[in-house]
Amino acid sequence: MKIKVLGPGCKKCHETEKIVKEAVAEAGVTAEVEYVTDLAEIARHGIFSTPAVVIDGNVKSTGKIPSKGEVLRWLK
Amino acid sequence: MRTDEAESCIGLHGEDVNAIAYSSEHTRKWNLKYGLIGVPMLVAWWFVYKSLEPFAGWLARHLVDLLSAHFVWLGNTQHLTSAVEFFFYDTPKVLMLLILVVFGVGIIRSYFTPERTRRILAGKRESAGNVLAALLGIVTPFCSCSAVPLFIGFLTASVPLGVTFSFLISAPMVNEIALVLLYGLFGWKIAAIYMSTGLIIAMLAGWTIGRLKMEHHLEDWVYQIQVGESGVYDEERKTFADRIRFGLEAVRDIVGKVWIYVIVGIAVGAGIHGYVPEGYLASIMGKGAWWSVPVAVLIGIPIYSNAAGIIPVVSALIEKGAAMGTVLAFMMSVVAISFPETVILRKVLKPRLIMVFTAVVAVGIIIVGYLFNMLI
Repeated sequence: MKIKVLGPGCKKCHETEKIVKEAVAEAGVTAEVEYVTDLAEIARHGIFSTPAVVIDGNVKSTGKIPSKGEVLRWLK
Repeated sequence: MRTDEAESCIGLHGEDVNAIAYSSEHTRKWNLKYGLIGVPMLVAWWFVYKSLEPFAGWLARHLVDLLSAHFVWLGNTQHLTSAVEFFFYDTPKVLMLLILVVFGVGIIRSYFTPERTRRILAGKRESAGNVLAALLGIVTPFCSCSAVPLFIGFLTASVPLGVTFSFLISAPMVNEIALVLLYGLFGWKIAAIYMSTGLIIAMLAGWTIGRLKMEHHLEDWVYQIQVGESGVYDEERKTFADRIRFGLEAVRDIVGKVWIYVIVGIAVGAGIHGYVPEGYLASIMGKGAWWSVPVAVLIGIPIYSNAAGIIPVVSALIEKGAAMGTVLAFMMSVVAISFPETVILRKVLKPRLIMVFTAVVAVGIIIVGYLFNMLI
């Protein structure tokens, strides 16, 4: 599984990355978490508000910090 | 300087916004629960709000009496009472208004995601598009850290450049925090005037930028982006309970960040209120000084503060003889244009377009400033 956390580097984006990493550890899945700040790549995903989470190419959330519960559901 | 995106970022956090949508019975239960708690809360809010003024006066008098009994050197306590009363009354008043309005606007905003705004504006022509974009700027959750992705998102949906700018000008300038504070400290007329002139500046400045045909002043990489429309995130349906939660989160997030600026701002304002003599500022910031409007705007452009910090100070300045138009122009330029924002936008705009953007908005604000000084 390939997870991308996208955001230009604001506080909320880092918090999102932390929550995603915690959720991955908790779910015990093998996933690669990547933090993307490149604006061109963010735009290519069709994301207009950050932070956003993309799992295996599918946009899961934009413009908010997801809760750990939400991330765990996406990982299933 | 930029403190944080205190007023414009609604970051949802923690709560499970979508988890509840799973069972409809669960949803009904939550709707009922929020209704049962919500109505008494609103009534209680109203009673507390109504009794703030007499209570603050009483508290201030007693506190100052107590202080002067212990510290004889305080002497005449008239100024002190006046300052303390201002602080005790305005702080809870503004905070209470802020909580209610941020909650209400949070619920409204749960209907307007940036994705939906983009869809509404896509393919709109100029003029009508500028008006719509400025209006949507009020209700769409916007954070200057997302300004660039949003900008690109709009352009790739063939929203005209000028219309995009109308949105980018209105979103930070006309917001619920500025309106609440203006209403709380100056009354609804000034709040309404601020909102309508802010919208007009956003519409006309965006329209002007559109007329100048500056599309080729975007950075080259912007043109190479192809957004796969399939990739655009489509939002899950929200239940009403979800929207209530969205509003509560907005309160926690925004009021949680802004309260300290409100208190510091009101404390400074209270000091000016109690101690600076009436009419003291009339000569430098009054209507007579014609140059004061452009100077106020020039000073305001590089500074960034959120509305919460600046309005209480502004309110005290006006009381001491500064002209309304001058002060509003200062406030608008502080909130609407800032050095950090131009740094962010520089990633997509070439320098010439940034200059034009800043200049057009500044000129708009200066005109509004003069207009007010003439009218009020």
